Amino acid sequence: MHMPATQSSSEIAYNGSMKILVIEDDREAADYLQKAFAEAGHTAHVAGDGETGFALADAGDYDVMVIDRMMPRRDGLSVIAGLRSRGNTTPVLILSALGEVDDRVTGLRAGGDDYLTKPYAFSELLARVEVLNRRASSREAETVYRVGDLELDRLSHSVRRASREITLQPREFRLLEYLMRHAGQVVTRTMLLENVWDYHFDPQTNVIDVHVSRLRGKIEKGFDKPILHTVRGAGYMLKSG
Amino acid sequence: MALSLPAIMKTTAARLSALYLLLFALCAVLLVFYMTSLSARMLTAQTQDTINDEVLGLARAYQRGGLPVLVRVVEARSRQPGANLYLIADTNGQILTGNVQSLEPGVIETEGWTKEPFSYRRFGEGELERQRSPVSDQQSGENEVQAQGEKGHNAIALVLRLPNQMIMLVGRDLGEPERFRAVIRRALMLALGMMGLGGLLIWFFVGRAALKRIDSVSEASRRIMGGDLSGRLPVTGAGDEFDRLSENLNSMLARIATLNEGLKQVSDNIAHDLKTPLTRLRNRAEATLSGKHRTTDYRQALEGTIIESDQLIKTFNAILMISRLEAGYSSESTSRVDLAAAVRDVVELYEPVAEEAGVTLESSVEGSFAVDGNRELIGQALSNIVDNAIKYSTDSTGKPGVRVTLERVGGEIRLTVSDNGQGIPDDADRARVTERFVRLEKSRSQPGSGLGLSLAKAIMTFHNGRLDLLPANPGLSVVMSFPGREEH
Repeated sequence: MHMPATQSSSEIAYNGSMKILVIEDDREAADYLQKAFAEAGHTAHVAGDGETGFALADAGDYDVMVIDRMMPRRDGLSVIAGLRSRGNTTPVLILSALGEVDDRVTGLRAGGDDYLTKPYAFSELLARVEVLNRRASSREAETVYRVGDLELDRLSHSVRRASREITLQPREFRLLEYLMRHAGQVVTRTMLLENVWDYHFDPQTNVIDVHVSRLRGKIEKGFDKPILHTVRGAGYMLKSG
Repeated sequence: MALSLPAIMKTTAARLSALYLLLFALCAVLLVFYMTSLSARMLTAQTQDTINDEVLGLARAYQRGGLPVLVRVVEARSRQPGANLYLIADTNGQILTGNVQSLEPGVIETEGWTKEPFSYRRFGEGELERQRSPVSDQQSGENEVQAQGEKGHNAIALVLRLPNQMIMLVGRDLGEPERFRAVIRRALMLALGMMGLGGLLIWFFVGRAALKRIDSVSEASRRIMGGDLSGRLPVTGAGDEFDRLSENLNSMLARIATLNEGLKQVSDNIAHDLKTPLTRLRNRAEATLSGKHRTTDYRQALEGTIIESDQLIKTFNAILMISRLEAGYSSESTSRVDLAAAVRDVVELYEPVAEEAGVTLESSVEGSFAVDGNRELIGQALSNIVDNAIKYSTDSTGKPGVRVTLERVGGEIRLTVSDNGQGIPDDADRARVTERFVRLEKSRSQPGSGLGLSLAKAIMTFHNGRLDLLPANPGLSVVMSFPGREEH
């Protein structure tokens, strides 16, 4: 199921290969993650408990860390807090079997950057890890996003494609803004719901798909080239060509 | 309730009674000792005063006429009934006159007050005693004095040396203080006896009553432990501590029964409703393995498996979330949530879906409606309800439409989602539809797990609110009633 995501993500030049640290006590899950990350073109190191993980994270130079919350010897939140207090700013994705809203809040407050509840689809994890990649997350400061002939001005809230003005609703603008900030990366439906609508539950119907297809209609209608692609089984990706 | 003595002593009431009895007895003994010693000292002082007066009189007699007058006076006084003790002896200790027949040795050797009471014997002892107090002899307290009298009385005395070196002793019998002390002792014994009796009575009437209540409570709890969770502890209506305890325990039991019921329901649900998709999953895998297939078939089967597993996980999460919310121990925090904003968000989220389904989704929300709650949960409940409304408004006879309104009714804030579909005409069905996994016949064709409304209801319960389903003619109104937020 992660195959399409693999193909598309490996095409992104600036994203390239990541060095990922996985701190997870479940041996089987960790091995699976290591293999799956390798297939996606990334290098993953595995630590089986919190102490080892902390030592590795402190010594190594990782792009992203995936940390399980409940582990022997040292729990995930304590590892993150320890790393943050030592000035380590590597983005962290917390994996957890706990899934209530407050668990997410405590996780993020402890210094995590994203939170994923088990069980999860690897495509979802991969998409989130790629978005977290610190070498890719430098677009926050840019005021104008450009993908191919599509241009979004964050200050004037205007969108143009090939110099043609496109009128978007406020929510559509935020949706496009998020997609463009992560252009070339797979963005899943739950990521969109979280980041554009600030909701973390699973909607029963494909509400996000309908929003995206509406947006697609506005930015693709009348143009030859598609720019907003559906990545089967994973989500969406904004990409020129 | 026949209890053996050791069993009785194990009860708190009996122990407390015994402890109080002991403490009171100790206090009484201390008090009596203090009082007797105080009064004894007072009586001794009085005795000494009497002796001093006597000595003063005798000294005057001596001054008047020397030894012969003194001896005469002493003899005269000795003969009076209840007289003090008098003794005049020469330097060798030879008794010259007085009413003392014998003394403890060494008493007259040292001048001044005798240090300790000493025993002595008078002339013509027995008869005198009986003459003096014929009535009091019969009283039990006197026995002691009598017994003492047989081995001699106790007295204190002042020993003086006359100018001619002879020794004079003036003393007074201690019978009076002794008797007094005996009376006190008797009073003490009586008081102790009464106290013991009182303690027993108190234990019997108060302690045993309490014991009985406790026994009935433990009896009831044994019955409940035996599996009868519907049993309750007795409440007498007296409104005392026992009633309060029973009431609290009863509400605890009610809570436990509810939780237990919920748990049972969850396990039943899991058994019934997760078995079907799991079997389907297994059969698909089996069918794919048997026989020859092309790679794309395997791929398709695996993708189907993943979709089905995801659905299972979703269902599972929903069940867990419902029971967590219903159990009330969810750690979800609450804060100020504007329902108007929640409505705008969810309507905006569902608007494209509604449009695609040909349903008009409209909301009329003005101002802000603040409640204490969890934005995420409220959003989820509302989106489940709106989702349903859009699905079921499509069978409307006219133009399908869903309306979301928000209003203040009394102390409540009501968020109503109405559709103009077929609704649920049957009252029983309407009541049933919020139960877990309940899907009405008509809705079986629609996708869904049968948990959406259950979750919404659990979320409303978590917010101390209600979820009501009302006929909208045509269609259905789902009303989320929130308690209004108290402005602090």
